[in-house]
Amino acid sequence: MKDRIIRWALWILVLCGLVAGAAIFSLCAGSVGMSFKDILETIFRGKGTAEHSILFDIRLPRILLGFAVGGALSLAGVILQGMFRNPLVEPYTLGISGGAATGVCLNIVLGLSHSLGILSLPLCGFLGAILVIAIVYSLSMRKGVLKIQGLLLTGVMISFISSSLIMLIMSVSRTEDLHGIVFWIMGSLEEPNWLLIKSALVVSGLGLVGSYIFCLDLNAFSLGEEEALHLGINTERTKRLLFVIASLLTGLSVSVAGMIGFVGLIIPHFVRMFVGSDHRVLLPGSFLVGAAFLIFCDTLARIVISPLELPVGVITGILGGSIFVYALAKKRKTSA
Amino acid sequence: MLRIRNLTCGYDSKVILHDINLDVGNGELVGIIGPNGSGKTTLIRTVSRVLKPQNGGAILDGKDIWQTGFRELAQKIAVVPQTFSGGAMSVEEFVLLGRIPHFKEFQFLETHEDLEIAKRSMVLTDTYGLRDRLMKETSGGERQLALISRALAQEPKLLLLDEPTAHLDIAHQVRILDLIRRLNKELGLTVIIVLHDLNLASEYCRRLVLINEGRVHKVGLPEEVIRYQIIEEVYKTVVVVKENPVSFKPCVFLVSEEDKLKRSSKFTV
Repeated sequence: MKDRIIRWALWILVLCGLVAGAAIFSLCAGSVGMSFKDILETIFRGKGTAEHSILFDIRLPRILLGFAVGGALSLAGVILQGMFRNPLVEPYTLGISGGAATGVCLNIVLGLSHSLGILSLPLCGFLGAILVIAIVYSLSMRKGVLKIQGLLLTGVMISFISSSLIMLIMSVSRTEDLHGIVFWIMGSLEEPNWLLIKSALVVSGLGLVGSYIFCLDLNAFSLGEEEALHLGINTERTKRLLFVIASLLTGLSVSVAGMIGFVGLIIPHFVRMFVGSDHRVLLPGSFLVGAAFLIFCDTLARIVISPLELPVGVITGILGGSIFVYALAKKRKTSA
Repeated sequence: MLRIRNLTCGYDSKVILHDINLDVGNGELVGIIGPNGSGKTTLIRTVSRVLKPQNGGAILDGKDIWQTGFRELAQKIAVVPQTFSGGAMSVEEFVLLGRIPHFKEFQFLETHEDLEIAKRSMVLTDTYGLRDRLMKETSGGERQLALISRALAQEPKLLLLDEPTAHLDIAHQVRILDLIRRLNKELGLTVIIVLHDLNLASEYCRRLVLINEGRVHKVGLPEEVIRYQIIEEVYKTVVVVKENPVSFKPCVFLVSEEDKLKRSSKFTV
């Protein structure tokens, strides 16, 4: 038992190092390349230089946002995979991201963010996400038993519906709104609004703390809902609260960074391979790796065709998807 | 200890159990038998609070189980289910899950005591040597023992088992049921066990409850329940009941259709 705690602590330490590494890489890399030494010098020299503003006004906010969004997405992935007991489930494949995106689109078109403030964007994302979770969950329940088979299909269909809805919204929206929607939907961590960045950090942090309260419940859920109930878990309440947390995390991520797929699928999968499936270490571990992964992908998106930029969703999709296929193929070979 | 009163229960509009009344005393070992689909598992699910009864209810130690908190109930009742999932964890991790009902608020790690109790229950079931093995790599019999260890780690007063010997060979069947009887005798654990095999039920249970079409058909000692008239009526199958020469418990022999025809033609000639 003691060994296990030490092992977990070491893993968390290593993963924190990974995040730090990704952050430093992201600070250094870009159209203006800097070495680690340059960065330290810039920090000591203080405000006023061009390097200083590149670091603290352009690169640092993106790193912070990447940390929050990457962590939030993979945390949502772990929670959903735990609840539905299916490793292929994540906000993107269940259509929850799509629901959140529809909510955010509606918000932009109706101009709610102007009248109600910028924080109404994540709120609309949250409402869209929780609506989809409720639909997917109630459709996959049959006679009180969760049917896993139809789950992904329902999710994919809901994704189609929501992307059609987004197109519908776009086709009736004004040109200036259209620009905003297109820019946002491509998925980017460039977010000039500090309030949104701060709230993203706060919400994803709270999401980590909130879901950690349920880590033992999630462990019990891995045996099935009925078994969790036998272990004294109030399954209905736990499910409801965890779905709210997952929707909050997804709604927030989508509203600030657009559609970024596969983070919630790939990261928990890999973390599970290394640290095991105990949610007491899986939750913080996935958060950290997700954060590091998105910071890294965003840096790639910035430098690959510099000075132009790729949408970060493209990078996570290509990188994440191919890693997943590779891992799956390798696993099949070893097990065969 | 457990009193089931006028229990009517089912899924949606389909009623599975009709007006069940049953008392289980402290330290009893009660077997529930009955044909497929008669409602045995549903009875277990109702007592463990998975299914809400449409009428009536179950009272454990003077307290309605539906008025009891989830955690409190899980400290009193442990269930060994028929199906199992969660293969990616080790046997020890799996058994430790049984300590969850005893965790305090915001307690995330097992205490020394939790580890000791888990160890003790693994030693009792003879699975301590398997503690580092992954659940999916265990055999059917070992898995069943691990499930029982987890239930024991809950330190329950009442143990519910749903066909713990299904798909096991005779050696493992005897091993599991010997263990359950030992737990019943030595730890004073009250046990309700659903069994498919009438002979195993007759050998090991002190009292049998025969359920047919959602109703209690007969309750009593094995000698009172396992009678060919009763078994033939409920299972609609011709059987012969003889005494086991070692234990003197009733034992059911099946009669194939061919033999049945041979016999009847012999009698008519």
